[in-house]
Amino acid sequence: MTRRLLDVQADFIEALQRPEAPVPASIAVRADKPAKKRFDVYRNNVAAGLTQALRATYPAIEKLVGEAFFAASARIYLERHPPRSPLLFRYGEAFGDFLDSFPPAAGTPYLGDVARLEWARLQAHHAADAEPLSIDALAAYLADGSERGDIGTLRFALHPSLDLITSRWPIVSLWAASAGQGSSDDVDMKRAERALVIRPSLAVETRALSPGAFAFLAGLRGDMTLQQAAIEASEAEETFDLAEHLQGLFAVGAVSAINKNTT
Amino acid sequence: MRCPDDIPPRAGVGLKAAHYDDVLRSRPDIGWFEIHAENYMGEGGPPHHFLEAIRQRYPISLHGVGLSIGADGPLDKDHLIRLKGLNERYRPGLFSEHLAWSTHEGVYVNDLLPVPYTVEAAGRVVDHINEVQDALGRRMLLENPSTYLTFADSTMSEIAFLERVADRSGCGLLLDVNNVFVSATNQGYAPDAYIDDFPLELVGEVHLGGHAPDEDDQGEPLLIDAHDRPVGDPVWDLYARTIRKGGARPTLVEWDTDVPSWPVLFEEAVRAEGVLVRAAGAAS
Repeated sequence: MTRRLLDVQADFIEALQRPEAPVPASIAVRADKPAKKRFDVYRNNVAAGLTQALRATYPAIEKLVGEAFFAASARIYLERHPPRSPLLFRYGEAFGDFLDSFPPAAGTPYLGDVARLEWARLQAHHAADAEPLSIDALAAYLADGSERGDIGTLRFALHPSLDLITSRWPIVSLWAASAGQGSSDDVDMKRAERALVIRPSLAVETRALSPGAFAFLAGLRGDMTLQQAAIEASEAEETFDLAEHLQGLFAVGAVSAINKNTT
Repeated sequence: MRCPDDIPPRAGVGLKAAHYDDVLRSRPDIGWFEIHAENYMGEGGPPHHFLEAIRQRYPISLHGVGLSIGADGPLDKDHLIRLKGLNERYRPGLFSEHLAWSTHEGVYVNDLLPVPYTVEAAGRVVDHINEVQDALGRRMLLENPSTYLTFADSTMSEIAFLERVADRSGCGLLLDVNNVFVSATNQGYAPDAYIDDFPLELVGEVHLGGHAPDEDDQGEPLLIDAHDRPVGDPVWDLYARTIRKGGARPTLVEWDTDVPSWPVLFEEAVRAEGVLVRAAGAAS
């Protein structure tokens, strides 16, 4: 009696996901010889491929915890979170949350936030392209016609690659030191850092933001008008200077359209 | 202005991000490049930037690894739409996928799992290939797998299965000569005989790659299709036999793990091209 394809594949998957499970009954055995090592090739391919995908996405985490710890935690993560998409650059989104609640990582509570920063960097790498506008475009927009209203009522469309990550920990300095872009001497574990991730052209950039700059960007990203976002920023940071941060906003390539218009 | 779409009967290599700069700077005399479709399914960024630039100068072949044509369950419609987008954007000269499955009830397995060679499985594969060919509006090539085990219920040979599928779907075949050597060693049959039995007239593309030696539970050789080293000598011999018998075909060298420097990979393509040139010389 031939087994149905559905049953063959259901049994195969179940055995694949449980390392100690016996080889499925549908596998041919030659002269009653065990086929465990043969079946294990598939188990190993899956584990090695997913570990490699996580390693490619989280190089700073691997630096921070070391290869052995990373491999062991990746192994547990991939058993709990098998991929649901053939796009492996979308694999591992929950790794930061996993590290937050992973008991062996309890002594390094900043790992989850650093992981979320690395995830944002990968998403920025693959995000849609858009030409960032210079501040001249804002000036030209405002000069062009009187019916466009007050600058304070503008809503900007931000670059598709832009993301913001906030933390109680110095995530930007930790990431930079691990990525060879900074020194571990610059890591002050008492400093909370907020990160901007953006890819205005080909290279993904990671910057630390002041509380005001972070609140300003978060407001604009949340579809606030320029005026509303500036108020938020002033509440987060008394000395917030709108003109300076408006310059900075365009200088980092964060604005891809000026219009998202007035209400 | 782009170079032509068609893949010439020359050697090509799998395109790696590590080689983008080398390729664009040195403009190597190579017939074509193959890309893994899934690596270019993001919306933008460096992958598309560099692929656009390389596509200006070389024909591209599109090779999927995640479509799961051999699954009992339905094809992923979103994935098919993404493939269609790449097919339209980059106008690949060839499109190929594997005789394998990698999905089951929403879970994706990042490996090419083996299919039992039964009438039922062949029917599912034909239905899925028809769906792909309808969606993309083109003929596809189906690649023979590397296998580590077989199924008790298989009722036909791998070649009979591939012939049946090609006959009923109209698809062509991609003959991976390294997979032939790996599977033949692992299952204990003669790789030469497999090549001699293979319907070479259906082959639109050939793959070459490196394999890693291991042992099974009985201490017998078990070869792993690792793509992590140069093509092995027995595989070069088998390739020469294939080309002598079937004629020149677009031939790809795959090297996906422990990717070497560009000159090392290019040298492998030059060696494959030598086999193609000699076959053309002998035929004229």
